[in-house]
Amino acid sequence: MRVRIRFHKKGKVRFTSHRDVARIWERALRKAEVAVSYSQGFSPRPKLSFGLALSTGHESEAEFLDLELAGEIAEAGEWTPERGVAMAARLSSALPVGLDVVAVAPIEKGDSLQKAVMACTWSIEVDHVDRAGAEAWVADVLAREEIVVERERKGRPVVDDLRPHVLSLDVAGTTETGVRLLADLGTQPRALRPTELLAAVDPPLTARTVCRMHQWMSQGDDREEPLMAPVSPAPSASVPT
Amino acid sequence: MSSLWLELERVLGEVQKPARYIGCEDGMTVPVHHPDRVAWLLVYPDTYEVGLPNQGLQILYEILNERPDAVAERSYAPWTDMAAVLRREGLPLFSVDSHRPAADFDVLAFNLSAELVYTNVLECLDLAGIPLRTSDRDAGHPLVLVGGHCSYNPEPLADFIDAAVLGDGEEVVAEITETVTAWRAEGHGSRSGLLRRLASVPGVYVPSLYRAEFDEGILTSITPLDDAPSVVEKRTVADLADWPYPKRQLVPLTEVVHDRLNVEVFRGCTRGCRFCQAGMITRPVRERPADQVRTMVTEGLRRTGYDEVALTSLSTADFSGIEQVVAETVADDACGQVSVSLPSLRVDAFTVGIAAEIQRARRTGLTFAPEAGSWRMRQVINKLISEEDLYAAVESAYSQGWRRVKLYFLTGLPTETDEDTLGILEMARRCVEVGRAHQHNPSVTVSVGGFVPKPFTPFQWFGQNTERELRRKVGLLRDELKRRPKAYRGVQLKWHDARASVVEGLMSRGDRRLGAIIEDVWRAGGVFQEWSEHFDIGLWEDALDRHGLSLEDFVYRHRTEDEVLPWDHLSAGLHKDFLWQDWRDALEAVGLEDCRWTPCYDCGACTGYGIEHVVASAVPPAGGSQGTGQDLSTGGTVPVMLRTRPSADRSPEAVGV
Repeated sequence: MRVRIRFHKKGKVRFTSHRDVARIWERALRKAEVAVSYSQGFSPRPKLSFGLALSTGHESEAEFLDLELAGEIAEAGEWTPERGVAMAARLSSALPVGLDVVAVAPIEKGDSLQKAVMACTWSIEVDHVDRAGAEAWVADVLAREEIVVERERKGRPVVDDLRPHVLSLDVAGTTETGVRLLADLGTQPRALRPTELLAAVDPPLTARTVCRMHQWMSQGDDREEPLMAPVSPAPSASVPT
Repeated sequence: MSSLWLELERVLGEVQKPARYIGCEDGMTVPVHHPDRVAWLLVYPDTYEVGLPNQGLQILYEILNERPDAVAERSYAPWTDMAAVLRREGLPLFSVDSHRPAADFDVLAFNLSAELVYTNVLECLDLAGIPLRTSDRDAGHPLVLVGGHCSYNPEPLADFIDAAVLGDGEEVVAEITETVTAWRAEGHGSRSGLLRRLASVPGVYVPSLYRAEFDEGILTSITPLDDAPSVVEKRTVADLADWPYPKRQLVPLTEVVHDRLNVEVFRGCTRGCRFCQAGMITRPVRERPADQVRTMVTEGLRRTGYDEVALTSLSTADFSGIEQVVAETVADDACGQVSVSLPSLRVDAFTVGIAAEIQRARRTGLTFAPEAGSWRMRQVINKLISEEDLYAAVESAYSQGWRRVKLYFLTGLPTETDEDTLGILEMARRCVEVGRAHQHNPSVTVSVGGFVPKPFTPFQWFGQNTERELRRKVGLLRDELKRRPKAYRGVQLKWHDARASVVEGLMSRGDRRLGAIIEDVWRAGGVFQEWSEHFDIGLWEDALDRHGLSLEDFVYRHRTEDEVLPWDHLSAGLHKDFLWQDWRDALEAVGLEDCRWTPCYDCGACTGYGIEHVVASAVPPAGGSQGTGQDLSTGGTVPVMLRTRPSADRSPEAVGV
């Protein structure tokens, strides 16, 4: 049985890398005694497939993980929402503070998360800029026909236009020290990172925190997420400081 | 509560691998500080990835946090990018548990597992905002302690540390805590008063209470001032069964070395390898009861979610009942697919049985350490494994499905000839040959390290090979490989930087005069010297020149019998005349048996402290030669006789029978 898991990554644990999170998940599944299928071969590994990588240091309310259940759990009959809630609680308690499972549901075999996701919604807190300044910056970005950046990829200089990936951009509010931007950024064929956009348009902005709010599998008004978060309030990441 | 987290959070985005600095490990204790508690900061002066798994530090972390009068947190050396950010922002060294400034603790206890980290100790003190020198600290500064294997010769660090703790830390941390508490209860007397009190705790050495005298560049005496003990003895816990730690091994969120469950199956080793400081200073052998090992493995796997467990010790295949423990672990379905790794395998105790058991789950590489390439050389170093043992072990491995075997060797050993050195390749070649019977493309990786003589070993008198000589020997091996590439197909050679061995040798047997060198190198930016990208021998040579000291004196020179050694006022229990005799025996290639299974030869480690080996099996666990009473000359080509040296005192009491 194939299931999809939606989880948050918040607080101190956001400084772990994508690869760290994969290893944390492998251990959490064993601790929670959630049996999953393993790959064959010399060095068997649990078959887990994560979606788009999240940059180290960014928070998220929309991380996804697909896995194939095995053993008794897989053969326990009809899936019910209650089973999803119970499994989410069990996994959350096996995960470190800040990684919290908010939904688990069975899925059909389909495109991988990386292929299926077209865009992400980001909440970006920016310091040292006031609302008017931020609005001017946003208007400038949206007015441009292209935002060309040069960079090195695999040792070769490449020219990229970021503008087509900026699907929407707003000043969503102010914070104690600056503003909060909300952006929908495209992910195909290559995801645009929020920090790349902030740095590409003068005056460059620096993000204090970045949080992925949604991942979208299609565009338009009826766009869908790989797995909706439940309506009930999500567990907050209480991080001791 | 004084947490720096909010300040750190803003800068962590700038540094490599920020997860090194966040703590949050599974098994972490949320620290509760209180004025009545002695606050310990346990510092590993290397990166988080290297330091986090350190079992000694984790054991003390738990023991201290279980005490009502103590609280312990951890810190690791910030990598150079982080150190630069901390200095730029005016932030100090901090704990990873609650991100508290290091100087807010009562005790900073450094774990010294390797000599090349000494400059990092200074870096950590400086980042903490604590005066580098013990003489510059007052009653308001934290106490600066060191422990771990290097503390058996802490003299190079004598200017910087308040005290060094010798031996097992489980019990002595309690006594230090109580000493600090008592001193505080009397209203924080002078710092020197605290140091004098600490000097009366067995196992605690306070360098500032000893005067070292030199005559024309030669150490002539180290004498205690006031009533400091004339000899500081190490601490030893009698029975590991009383100390089932760590109970909650820390599981880091980011990848570290030895990223697996580690269960210590015994401490101490009496194989008597003469180059091995760990084997000499941790005597006697104390096995953990097999039942306790099984419980620690099962509960540990369940709690941590790890799928690999290492059974650790100085020679794990010597553990009584090793095959059974391994078999039960691998067969325990509750633990899932678990692989077992056995570091420090002796070839003479490695059997097909063990090979078959550990390969049932995932297969990692197998490493053996013959240490020397000829039988004569192995007699000199008392690593009495025969070539037959090695080939049998390698055959076990290949026949059970391994394709890669790693062999560790030392070069630059006493009496070593080029023939001995080249013997390394011959052994490797024959191992590949053995493998061909079982595997299509067997490979053997030969790893060669330059030998560094260590205090409290029979080789403490030996003049280390020069950098040039070590390089020449590695060159011999490389040339031979190039000359006959076909013959050595499947053999890969790796070697350790000879320059790093030289600096390790400098610190290993150095004295107080090296404090100035360490400080100079640190001031010149020489941190993380055990990392090849930062190691710079030029910094060390310049500093030695500036202070009129030489590598020749500290590293390359043979010591004489009557010479005062910088650690003569410290004791690992071993009689100096035992070590000297063992050194003479080494030069004559005379072997010495393992006293675990044969009568005592009174090295001093048991008799001096009224303790003894704790070993479940009266006989060695598996075949092999050493100490088994087997005829060691069966190979025909290597006539072997284990000569027992007549001892001054071999009365039944003295030999423990």
